[in-house]
Amino acid sequence: MKTLQNCKVLENTPLTHDVYKMVLENKTDWIHHPGQFVNVTIEGQYLKRPISICDWTENSLTLIYKVVGKGTEIMSTKKTGDVMEILTDLGNGFDTSKASDEVVILGGGVGVPPMYGLAKQCIKEGKKVHVILGFASKKDAFYLDEFKSLGVDVSVCTNDGSLGTKGFVTDVMKDKGLCDAFYMACGPMPMLKAIYTTSNSKGLLSFEERMGCGFGACMGCSCKTLTGYKRICVEGPVMESEDILWKD
Amino acid sequence: MERLSVTLCGWKLDNPVIPASGTFGFGYEFSQFYDINMLGSIATKGTTRERRYGNPTPRIAECERGMINAVGLQNPGIDKVISEEFPKLKEVYHKKVVANVSGFSIDEYVECAKKMDAEDIVGIIEINISCPNVSHGGMSFGTDPQQAAEVTKAVKAVTTKPVFIKLTPNVTDIVSIAKAVEAAGADGISMINTLLGARFDLKTGKPIIANIMGGFSGPAIKPVALRMVYQVYKAVNIPIIGIGGIATAEDVIEMMSAGATAIQVGAENCRNPYACKQIIEDLPKVMDKYGIKTLEEIIGRAHR
Ligand SMILES: Cc1cc2nc3c(=O)[nH]c(=O)nc-3n(C[C@H](O)[C@H](O)[C@H](O)COP(=O)(O)OP(=O)(O)OC[C@H]3O[C@@H](n4cnc5c(N)ncnc54)[C@H](O)[C@@H]3O)c2cc1C
Ligand SMILES: Cc1cc2nc3c(=O)[nH]c(=O)nc-3n(C[C@H](O)[C@H](O)[C@H](O)COP(=O)(O)O)c2cc1C
Ligand code: FES
Repeated sequence: MKTLQNCKVLENTPLTHDVYKMVLENKTDWIHHPGQFVNVTIEGQYLKRPISICDWTENSLTLIYKVVGKGTEIMSTKKTGDVMEILTDLGNGFDTSKASDEVVILGGGVGVPPMYGLAKQCIKEGKKVHVILGFASKKDAFYLDEFKSLGVDVSVCTNDGSLGTKGFVTDVMKDKGLCDAFYMACGPMPMLKAIYTTSNSKGLLSFEERMGCGFGACMGCSCKTLTGYKRICVEGPVMESEDILWKD
Repeated sequence: MERLSVTLCGWKLDNPVIPASGTFGFGYEFSQFYDINMLGSIATKGTTRERRYGNPTPRIAECERGMINAVGLQNPGIDKVISEEFPKLKEVYHKKVVANVSGFSIDEYVECAKKMDAEDIVGIIEINISCPNVSHGGMSFGTDPQQAAEVTKAVKAVTTKPVFIKLTPNVTDIVSIAKAVEAAGADGISMINTLLGARFDLKTGKPIIANIMGGFSGPAIKPVALRMVYQVYKAVNIPIIGIGGIATAEDVIEMMSAGATAIQVGAENCRNPYACKQIIEDLPKVMDKYGIKTLEEIIGRAHR
């Protein structure tokens, strides 16, 4: 259920020079699918900030966010014991029942966090999981150990080659012969488009848009798809690859 | 709750709080947060003759104490609104709505208003002659007294329900427009729509909104709205629905003091889905604080 909740900060620590992990105390029984998001209230800022669910336990919710502006900067100053207000249960998330038994999960930059919860879910469902993570550079990489400890095939690439393969996640996908596997991905638009054109398979892609409400009321986040108009905050952020109308 | 009730053209509302058009969809999205029957009424999303997708994204830019939107009147078109959206709303909401209508020609306003007039669920028809997002039509009707009057006359000729004309603040003299629509037969005035605004990305220097400009609203515009409602109340004898920056029960009292009979809450619904509920629940204690017995008694008290 969508509700406005006050949550105690259990942890808020830097993972890189500009990426933070925030763990909130929260009864997470509202989560339907990995890839859903919450809208975080930031005092002094008019609109809430959409952040994906990275991971969760029965009583805690993990968000990973990059400091890019005023709101995320304020988030980064929060201390253990502070209280954050979040609007829960937003977006559709990844419906893994649409995926096949072998999947490739691709994350780029701040698109990586929701892929962690997704990988865990797929493993729980007994799927064969390949993970490919892309970052700009070694200094930007995070959560590699966490992904590796899931015990699945994890590959890393960076644009400058400072860590893992030099190149893009699609290069790794080709190298590893994963172009026929059902894909699920989150990352910058050019990455999503490259996955769509490189792969021979179908998949699920998670998109971003600037939001007003985050729960379907303002039409701020609309996008045209082959099956009609969709709101990124309700019918998305995850879209089926065959449904997407790519703009150039 | 008698002390909160107000009357708009003979229609008694339990309270003056109405979510504003475009910020509340067709209402039912909000019934997941609270019982929307507690609202005075609901102003539904701006409806046009044909289905409209609206503007390209990004359509939203945050501002200090407000936001810019350039949604561009996305809606499924009047026939679908009546056949699909209203039935969905009726499942969870049992009062009448303020049906907001937009158009790009007098014909379009007339056709939409006529269809709305025939619907049981419609209490008031609100004619948006002010949406700043659309490049043709919308803007010019609301900025020229003569054209504003023409739309009003044409719509009044085909309707039986009260017609409220929703004014744009993006004009030099709002009083002349208000007087023109009153003379043309308007039953009331809704004001204000959004102020034209823009924001630019500090890193790229480029506009944040794809459409470059959009409508600015939220608490930051409240003083502009209060000033305009005050001026128009002085000049006309028809009721005013006050809109612009309302976020608290105190804001409601201020807007009604300036001359509004009811109020609408816009951007604040986006920021906080419980905004209208909180305002309604807070009103009695804020009224107590200022020694106000009934809301009816404070309408336009600034002028007395
Ligand atoms: C569904 C969804 C899930 C997301 N998940 C994550 C995540 O897990 N981790 C993460 O680091 N980031 C995520 N983002 C991006 C994140 O919302 C923005 O980085 C954040 O809102 C920036 O806020 P700011 O105040 O720091 O930046 P500012 O630029 O100061 O923000 C100004 C306004 O623009 C909006 N905005 C700016 N950039 C974006 C953007 N990229 N997407 C949407 N709105 C934006 C802000 O919400 C705010 O309203 C997600 C975005 C969406 C839509
Ligand atoms: C996202 C959004 C969409 C809107 N869409 C409409 C619309 O379709 N028709 C209309 O008459 N006004 C529309 N408005 C204007 C509001 O109804 C209201 O007049 C304005 O926002 C001022 O009130 P506020 O300061 O409380 O937001 C919209 C405003 C917002 C923020
Ligand atoms: S952000 Fe308001 S509808 Fe999606």
